[in-house]
Amino acid sequence: MNKISTKPGVEEKWDIIITPKKPLFELKLKEVWQYKDLLFLFVRRDIVAQYKQTILGPLWYFIQPILTTIMFTIVFGRIAKIPTDGLPPMLFYLAGITNWNYFAVCLSKVATTFRTNQGIFGKVYFPRLVTPLSIVISNMIQYGIQLLLFFGFYIYFALSGSAAQINMYALFFPILVILLAGLGLGFGLVITSLTTKYRDLVFLLQFGIQLAMYATPVIYPLSQIPERYQWIAVLNPMTAVIETFKYGFLGQGTFSWTYLAYSFSFMIVMLFLGIAIFNKTEKNFMDTV
Amino acid sequence: MSNTVIKVENLSKQYRLGLVGTGTLSHDLNRWWHLIRGKEDPYLKIGEVNNRAEKGNSKYVWALQDINFEVKQGEVLGIIGKNGAGKSTLLKLLSKVTAPSKGKICARGRIASLLEVGTGFHPELTGRENIYLNGTILGMTKHEVNHKLDEIVAFAGIERYLDTPVKRYSSGMTVRLGFAIAAHLEPEILIVDEVLAVGDAEFQKKAIGKMEEVSQKSGRTVLFVSHNMTSIKSFCSRCILLKDGNLSFNGMPNEAVSKYLGGAQPNLNHKKVALSHPEIEIQLVGIREKNKSYSHPLSMDSSIEIIIECVRKLSSNDRLDITLQFKDEEGKVVFPSSSAIWLKEVQNDFYTVGKLKFCCKIPPNFFNQGVFEMNLLIIRNQKVLIAKYESILSFTILPKEASYGSWMGRVRGVLLPKLDWVYKKSDS
Repeated sequence: MNKISTKPGVEEKWDIIITPKKPLFELKLKEVWQYKDLLFLFVRRDIVAQYKQTILGPLWYFIQPILTTIMFTIVFGRIAKIPTDGLPPMLFYLAGITNWNYFAVCLSKVATTFRTNQGIFGKVYFPRLVTPLSIVISNMIQYGIQLLLFFGFYIYFALSGSAAQINMYALFFPILVILLAGLGLGFGLVITSLTTKYRDLVFLLQFGIQLAMYATPVIYPLSQIPERYQWIAVLNPMTAVIETFKYGFLGQGTFSWTYLAYSFSFMIVMLFLGIAIFNKTEKNFMDTV
Repeated sequence: MSNTVIKVENLSKQYRLGLVGTGTLSHDLNRWWHLIRGKEDPYLKIGEVNNRAEKGNSKYVWALQDINFEVKQGEVLGIIGKNGAGKSTLLKLLSKVTAPSKGKICARGRIASLLEVGTGFHPELTGRENIYLNGTILGMTKHEVNHKLDEIVAFAGIERYLDTPVKRYSSGMTVRLGFAIAAHLEPEILIVDEVLAVGDAEFQKKAIGKMEEVSQKSGRTVLFVSHNMTSIKSFCSRCILLKDGNLSFNGMPNEAVSKYLGGAQPNLNHKKVALSHPEIEIQLVGIREKNKSYSHPLSMDSSIEIIIECVRKLSSNDRLDITLQFKDEEGKVVFPSSSAIWLKEVQNDFYTVGKLKFCCKIPPNFFNQGVFEMNLLIIRNQKVLIAKYESILSFTILPKEASYGSWMGRVRGVLLPKLDWVYKKSDS
């Protein structure tokens, strides 16, 4: 090794500084951008690996929502006779379930990020946020496929002369997708961060998601709720998302700028909160998980 | 430009022992209460030195305490210490897997850490897909992987399996592939844990050769943790020794290794025990070099004796014997040896109440270097097993001093007995 004399007076400049001090609010999105290739590969891995060694392969993307829809049509449409605003029940349920499913899958998968990935997180550093982001994106593709199914049915029912009418409000669709993804991600990040040390919330999660579905106008229209209590349902940020979707694509439901703006601001706050807590947790979660 | 690439200042890491449960919540609340009032974490003031063998009073221990060192560019820094001395914790802090409790690490350039080979391999994906996945996890961009793909495949030697799912690979192939990817990373600082210990001798040589190339040719810095003292000595330019979470030595590898070996041995080779059986009580089990103290390290080329002190509690016509089962690092019994077979003639006093000392002599040049464990069995009348004590003692056999450096790594095998070789030239 050749000797190099130290030069005093040269200002020391470091690329990486690791300290126990954590800034209260840190998004680290720039770092995530540097790892965009990893994000892409994670998405690919999730999609490719999911249906390997199955005979029906990606067909499962269709089978699962169809079966749920049929079940709901029978249970809620035929047996409980909950009205669907004059729409074909199949279409009504499919619209609700497809959207709800995307949110629910994002939430439940993101909510276990730390636990399911502790092996890899414990061995190598990369911005942890890449993992939940990849979950949201890979499920977005699944969501897209299921939407195709919805539009298939949509065309079928439109040709057979149903009341469903697509209108200008369908243009809100991209915002609705962002809302679904953002809400799922935001809630999920908060939950996964809270459950690294105390796992109590985990027990509530699956149960809670199911309860939340019944608290959201997924299988019934908002108009079914007595007017005095509607404000409670609207406090749920998912309500506006599902209702706007139904309003835009099916022509039935409730649309309100206020509700939508409320959901959007809720999503933004939740997302920032989620990312901040997540980044704070990631530094030490290996010691407590 | 200063050529220090890593600077570690007063680095400490505290862990809480025991279970996380209801009790932890009150500590968390207290900590949080201190934090919002702008005070220091109250639990950082307590905590004990981390010695895993001793029972302590505090639930908080310091896995690392006030570590200071610097690493210059192009250096290969060895890190050695007993299990639990804080080596892995240090590597985890350096690779940002977990954050320190106190102190600061500054570094210049990209750090890639190889704490495990093949992190994030997905069993369902093909070799090719996993190369991309693992490469990007370790910090490469897709473009860089594209660039290196052929080299990686060639180094791993898995061309034929490239498009087969990794779950069909043999474990050796998985390790090769994992290392090949990591070896082709081009970070300024490479952190390597004991991962290399898993491969066969040929693979280890190849891996160490690659790391030497990385540090010498391209002037990159390597931090290297190993229990293989020979490779530490031959490969590192400097070495630090950790002991119970403290930095106990920082300097030349040779000195560090001898400090480590000298310091690690005492108390290991004998054990006061009280294994009580109605007929016999074992009081001490020990292994030592002939005529030396128990704290003296055991070398491959010295005579070794195993001492078992016991007390016979009943006088009877039953003969009581000791069988030792020697186990290798993986816990497989390599061979047994029993006084029931080899202790042919015994006097009358062998059957009466009183203290008794067995001694089993092992000739020089018998064991290979390595870590061994012993089971102790008590046999009645040369056939009935009446008690068995698993892993009663573990000991380390060190290589001969002269053999350092002459051979990289250890020779394969558990035993390395001295056998007589002769030759005779026959004229046909």
